[in-house]
Amino acid sequence: MRWKRILMSFSVLAAALLVVSLVAACGDGGAKKTPTPAGTPGTPGALSGKLEIFSWWTTGGEAAGLEALYKLYPDKCPGDVEIVNATVAGGAGSNARQVLTTRMLGGDPPGSFQVHMGHELTDTWVTTGNMEPLDALYEEEGWNDVFPKGVLDIVSYQGKPYSVPVNIHRANVLWYNKKVFEDNNLKPPTTFDEFFQVADTLKAAGITPLALGDNGIWASAQVMETVLLGTLGADGYNGLWTGDTDWAGPEVTKALETFKRMLSYVNSDHSSLTWDQANALVISGDAAMTIMGDWIEGDYKAKNFTDFGYVPTPGTKGIYDALSDTFGLPKGAPNPDAVMCWLRLVGSKEGQEAFNPLKGSICARADCDTSLFDAYLQSAIADWKTDTIVPSLAHGAAASQGWVADITDAITPFVTDLNVATFQSRLADACSEAKVCS
Amino acid sequence: MDSEASPTAETARGLRLSVPHFIRRLPPERIISLALIVPSAIAVAVFVYGFIGWSALVSVSAWDSVTPDYSFVGLDNFKELFNNFRFQADIRNTVVFTLLFVTSCLLIGLFLAALLDRGIKGEGFFRSIYLFPMAVSFIVTGVAWRWLLAPRSGVNLLLDHAGLGALKQDWYTDPTVVHIMSDSRLGEALHDVGLGWLASSNFGIPLAMISVVIAATWQMSGFVMILYLAGLRAISQELTDAARVDGASEFQVLRHIALPLLRPVTLSAMIILGHVSLKIYDLVVAMTQRGPGFATDVPALFMVETTFQASHFARGAAISIVMLLSISVLVIPYLFWSLRREARV
Repeated sequence: MRWKRILMSFSVLAAALLVVSLVAACGDGGAKKTPTPAGTPGTPGALSGKLEIFSWWTTGGEAAGLEALYKLYPDKCPGDVEIVNATVAGGAGSNARQVLTTRMLGGDPPGSFQVHMGHELTDTWVTTGNMEPLDALYEEEGWNDVFPKGVLDIVSYQGKPYSVPVNIHRANVLWYNKKVFEDNNLKPPTTFDEFFQVADTLKAAGITPLALGDNGIWASAQVMETVLLGTLGADGYNGLWTGDTDWAGPEVTKALETFKRMLSYVNSDHSSLTWDQANALVISGDAAMTIMGDWIEGDYKAKNFTDFGYVPTPGTKGIYDALSDTFGLPKGAPNPDAVMCWLRLVGSKEGQEAFNPLKGSICARADCDTSLFDAYLQSAIADWKTDTIVPSLAHGAAASQGWVADITDAITPFVTDLNVATFQSRLADACSEAKVCS
Repeated sequence: MDSEASPTAETARGLRLSVPHFIRRLPPERIISLALIVPSAIAVAVFVYGFIGWSALVSVSAWDSVTPDYSFVGLDNFKELFNNFRFQADIRNTVVFTLLFVTSCLLIGLFLAALLDRGIKGEGFFRSIYLFPMAVSFIVTGVAWRWLLAPRSGVNLLLDHAGLGALKQDWYTDPTVVHIMSDSRLGEALHDVGLGWLASSNFGIPLAMISVVIAATWQMSGFVMILYLAGLRAISQELTDAARVDGASEFQVLRHIALPLLRPVTLSAMIILGHVSLKIYDLVVAMTQRGPGFATDVPALFMVETTFQASHFARGAAISIVMLLSISVLVIPYLFWSLRREARV
């Protein structure tokens, strides 16, 4: 009798443990791979050994694009290099950054790692002497002529480039449901005044004007950056990151008041939704607009929704708020020859043409074949060639990771308490904390 | 002194050059026990106390990027930390969470134990049911309760279908922090006696935290039940029988006989639950993250984000030290208390 009971308890416990470990295993699907040993130094011409590429591209078009690059690698780089795909899923790269930090500091850098162009790379790894300069590579490949000057400025530190941008995304796009706009006789807004007129009409019609999903708080940061950009203009916005524009000044106050007013037109459950769940509201017609980077187009495609329109966010016509994924060469990386060849591939025309249509982004190079891209991306390419390029805040291009974290920490309470004065003083504090403002 | 007959002594003499004199004078079994204990003592010294010391060192340094900078800045990091609005919210959340979580676990655990102690049929079955949540990790609990308490699914959906839509809650998406309003009568009264600072959201109850408390209580109250059940079984039958003969009701038996005798169990449970709740991280990460307006943010989450995402290493170390101290305040008196009790026994 007692044995039976004990046996039963054990089997139930074992079953529970099994379930737990299964769930844990699923949640841990993209965990860090074991680090590769240093590759054997190859003879010039023929590469060998292992090449570890570290990224957070684990799903959908991103993973497919990365796979396409891996397929091209043997053509571009003869030899028998084995590529190790080291990915850390989740959190728009925040999980990956944690793993990367411990690996870099522990003296175990991957061959090359995905990192947002701009200060996320520069302030974290370049100024601290952890990356190799790539000016010779840029020279050799003639990249100084094919990448736009705006991009070269962002990837460079003290005149030398430190990473190779593979793609460009745009952050300042307002997406809208065309049918909802037609039904209410509305035109997509291009200024803040028009935006609030449109929003009032929609609100009166019982439609959520602006869908927001800031469960990941960066989504709110991105809306704020487009409002700053639309209010201050490109020069004023750039000045925020160099200390030339005063964070405590009246222009910023005006922008934050506008941001606050916009937040009164968003769905009330925004803090529990992710950006794509918020986008589902636009697709269903419960909401009319959303402000999001152009990776949202992949979400529309995945959900078979074609009735969407797009304009630059209010006041930002002629400005391209850019972010980019780049790869560089860490100091002490194993198998540097194979890494250099990877960088050559990532920056090449065929590499970027293979990667970007799948990822849903445009080439960082100006000479890609536009016929490979869909209608939205073609319009983005046209803008890319003529617009003023500015770096995105929410995606690491404009400011150091520490500064971005302090700004998003200030945004978190603001989206619920809407206290502009406190918010602005915290933003000013964050700037001095980052040692950019005095 | 050396006994020629002992083989161990001979071995020890063979090693005379490398073995210090005082060890050779120890009896052999003491040498063996020392040899067994030394590796783990060294490991603990380095990997626990060494790293605590290192964290303390970093917490008073100026290390604010990925490059270590050990220049001494005194307590500046701690001053900044306690002025940081996010950390202030974290402290409030931890206090609220600890109080609610420990209290509800103790009450529910005691209630379940008292029921099971009645000698009901299928006691083992019920015991397993209540204890099983503990076999699940906090991550799994967090994911499950995130779905259960999401505004558009789970419990709210059930309430809707049951025609009780009016009872629907925002659960963990509710940004409200219940606190004394500074313009209310109580707030003004506090202001008059110089306690106006109490009327701020830093001294309130974030409603979103209640959802996290529900999930944590679901997981841990079965454990408290087992502790109490063991305690109840240890109470001599004669005592309770005597009380019943004297005409005490069942409630009086519980209140005046059982509860006083269960005091050591209660204390142990409080310590165990308390240190779980002060360190809570996994449940919050899986369930709510920082929550609306930091309503469910906790120090451990802030520490991980600020250290490994934002590279504020000194600030992260300062948070760890504050967490360590807050847990020490709880655990060290308990250790003294239980050591003294052991000595008495």
